[in-house]
Amino acid sequence: MDTPVLEMRQVAKRFGAFQALANVDLKVGRGERVIVCGPSGSGKSTLIRCIVGLEQHEHGTILFDGAPIDLRSRTSPIRSGQIGMVFQQFNLFPHLTVLQNCTIAPIKVRGSTRAEAERKARDLLARVGIEDQADKFPGQLSGGQQQRVAIARALCMQPRALLFDEPTSALDPEMVQEVLNVMVSLARDGMTMICVTHEMGFAREVADRIVFMDRGEIVEVAPPAAFFAAPKNERTRAFLSRIL
Amino acid sequence: MRALNFGDVVFLAKGALWTLALFFVSLVGGSVIGIALALMRTSPWRPLRWFALGYFRLIQGTPVLMQIFLIYFGTALLGFEFGALLSAGLALSINAGAFLGEIWASSIDSVGKGQSEAARVLGLRYGTTMWHIVIPQAMRVATPPTVGFLVQLVKGTAMASFVGFVELTRASQMINNATFQPFVIFGGVSLLYFAICWPLSLLSSRLEARLAKAYTR
Ligand SMILES: Nc1ncnc2c1ncn2[C@@H]1O[C@H](COP(=O)(O)OP(=O)(O)O)[C@@H](O)[C@H]1O
Ligand SMILES: [Mg+2]
Repeated sequence: MDTPVLEMRQVAKRFGAFQALANVDLKVGRGERVIVCGPSGSGKSTLIRCIVGLEQHEHGTILFDGAPIDLRSRTSPIRSGQIGMVFQQFNLFPHLTVLQNCTIAPIKVRGSTRAEAERKARDLLARVGIEDQADKFPGQLSGGQQQRVAIARALCMQPRALLFDEPTSALDPEMVQEVLNVMVSLARDGMTMICVTHEMGFAREVADRIVFMDRGEIVEVAPPAAFFAAPKNERTRAFLSRIL
Repeated sequence: MRALNFGDVVFLAKGALWTLALFFVSLVGGSVIGIALALMRTSPWRPLRWFALGYFRLIQGTPVLMQIFLIYFGTALLGFEFGALLSAGLALSINAGAFLGEIWASSIDSVGKGQSEAARVLGLRYGTTMWHIVIPQAMRVATPPTVGFLVQLVKGTAMASFVGFVELTRASQMINNATFQPFVIFGGVSLLYFAICWPLSLLSSRLEARLAKAYTR
């Protein structure tokens, strides 16, 4: 089997006395789409944030392309933008235009020329369906449009894997689908994805595997058909009966 | 007692220039110290944060005049002749650094954590993130209190007169001693101070309007 793009080995993270992640093992292969779900407070965000280095885990190892991630190294996949992340609250830069949001990292981190970065950004903005908003500020866009900009911004760094933390949870219901459509098309194009979401229709459509978390642990991992039809674990069944 | 003459007006004008000079020295020095302290106060490294906080509390909690005296007489005692301008400029810079530093640190804090997290995940370095992402947003919040403090700083330059520095306040006292025309002299000098502070407030509203226009919500 190929080396996984991302691998977590026995990763644990505590906040004070609270165990947010406990002995998490997870492998994500090239082009694989993993959906993470679980009750609020189960450690889903912490899992994503540990991978991108926004939280520091105290035990275990996280590997990218088979090599442990060293956050202090300039060439670490995070500091060079190889693992992208999309936040629940978008976190666009409000004082920069949509286009500038998309070009700042390629210019500053990759050393792209402005022209090159802008051409690429316009392509990707077209791909998420908002090329005509390129010169506006994020505050002038709807939530769904902002989240699509955030996806385009992440894509501009040509990440090897893209992580999503509840990307549609802050959106008005009528805007959820436009964001999910973009994500489905990314999945079709073979992007390696880990996505925390409760959009089970989306999970069924794109997931290779669904991970269920509870109290900081990965309780169950299964392909969508098995996950929905015959969840093995009691906690998974309880969770599914609440949200479906 | 003698009458006010043209020489007095020139003398006052010179005093006003020295006030301006002292203000600019303190503004530049205070800004440099303030930026350094604001970055320390918001850094992830705890000892730096504590150092900055200690500086804010200590300097803000002691009178400017004592700081000027300490530097002016202290350095003289140790054998360096700093002189009145340098001593007052240094003391006012140290003092302004404490106030500007705290204003700017809280402005930086007011920019949500999500901003620097998004920048970090994109691979932007600390310096780039501060300069291109955090500081431009913090400036919007920082402008009104910064200008408010700078107006205080202009008036605070009068403290330098206590170590014999002939700036606007000291000049006006000297002329009043010779002519005893308090209403004309002190009234006029107040207007001069106002003339220095007013453009600051104008600049502030301009800057605020420009920063606000940058992103319409
Ligand atoms: N910075 C933090 N400090 C303290 N506790 C935290 C912090 N971040 C998360 N937690 C706690 O860790 C648990 C897991 O949080 P999180 O990963 O955000 O859960 P989820 O995303 O599944 O809702 C929660 O109980 C939360 O309160
Ligand atoms: Mg969460």
